[in-house]
Amino acid sequence: MKWTRRHVLETDDWSRDEIETVLDQTRAMIEILQRPIRRAPPLRGRTVILFFAEASTRTRVSFELAAKALSADVTNITASGSSVEKGESLYDTVRTLQALGGDVVVMRHASSGAPYFVAERTDAAVINAGDGWHAHPTQGLLDAYTLRDALGDLDSKRVVIVGDVLHSRVARSDINTLIPLGARVTLSGPPTLIPVAWRCGQPPPGVTYESDLDRALDGADAVIALRLQRERQESGLLPSLREYSRVWGLTADRVARMRQGAPVMHPGPMNEGVEIDAAVAHGASSLIEKQVTNGVAVRMALLYLLAAGSPEAGA
Amino acid sequence: MGIRARGDALAARIQAAIRANEGVEVPLGAIDITLYRDDLTRIGYAPVVRESEIPFSVDGRVVVLVDDVLFTGRTIRAAMDALVDYGRPRAIRLAVLVDRGHRELPIRADFVGKNVPTAAGDDVRVHLAEVDGRDEVEVVARVPA
Repeated sequence: MKWTRRHVLETDDWSRDEIETVLDQTRAMIEILQRPIRRAPPLRGRTVILFFAEASTRTRVSFELAAKALSADVTNITASGSSVEKGESLYDTVRTLQALGGDVVVMRHASSGAPYFVAERTDAAVINAGDGWHAHPTQGLLDAYTLRDALGDLDSKRVVIVGDVLHSRVARSDINTLIPLGARVTLSGPPTLIPVAWRCGQPPPGVTYESDLDRALDGADAVIALRLQRERQESGLLPSLREYSRVWGLTADRVARMRQGAPVMHPGPMNEGVEIDAAVAHGASSLIEKQVTNGVAVRMALLYLLAAGSPEAGA
Repeated sequence: MGIRARGDALAARIQAAIRANEGVEVPLGAIDITLYRDDLTRIGYAPVVRESEIPFSVDGRVVVLVDDVLFTGRTIRAAMDALVDYGRPRAIRLAVLVDRGHRELPIRADFVGKNVPTAAGDDVRVHLAEVDGRDEVEVVARVPA
């Protein structure tokens, strides 16, 4: 199919065709990363601005490697040490980005919706690298790619997402990407960390909530453990990390309830011994390192699709 | 080394013919040149990239690039740029089914199936059984405006 989107803000309105186009392009990008010379020229002369107003190492580095592998020029703007720290408003930052003339702005921001605000006010293509509790579409796509690669296809496969779903932009983007590909999602986690509307009311189509993690894992095709932010305990949503680990932590015994060899994933960075045991995180069915490698390729595919053609050329 | 999407099928046929006639198994690869095109900024969308499959080292080897139609030479320029990202071949040769003329770059084929004189605006379409279900080469003349 012909790619028509200008921005990647969230995959909630993407068709199965669009998601599969990205995943197919990702496969071609992985091949580039395995060559002796890991670089191809399609974004020569293009500038990618990485605007990270919230801490991130792996996502930023992943985008930087992706942009460089396609021969783009990369500029970093981080919150600390930039004018953002001096009190510049998001609107002024956008105007600056616009004046700098980037072709793509990759942004992470603590406020949900910030990338939409930027996308409306700049000529550049905007990729959301995580906004508040809202979305992290490139993580959703790389998780879908990693799962599809491991399982063959996702049709009627059942994926368990366990942990702090309420505050997780990863969980939301995973759901928005996996469901159109035919997967079903079972959410599990402490009731205080699951959106009330999904726990008591109606979750999105294809999604169910299971309050017992062992039951959720029985016969499942894959599991994604979410990072538990330690602040959650202080805010009263959890009694203790130790209790969380006992009830919701992925142990070898729990993983064994899934289909044999079912993959284990985690978006990182991990709290080993809290949401996931070290033996599971580094075990044979862990795809956690694969996720990191695939992340670069997914981001290459998106940068290529957004920036290789030229909107002015039409057709 | 076939250039996708039809050169790879032709390269596979040549490999089979060498095997049948000489009993030698020549390594076969397929290369996609989309990322190396020089017209990416002139088209409005990003064309589909297919995976290159080069299951051997090209270092020190003689690599024969295979394509269906040789026209402006730009595809071959892109293929050579792509190929050298995989290593340093001892030599690169070019085999094409049809040479239709009208080069825009200083490139020529070493092996040509057939030279077909055409006008610059004509369209030469190669159909292969593996890709299109039939073997056929069509020359479609430009319709005068």
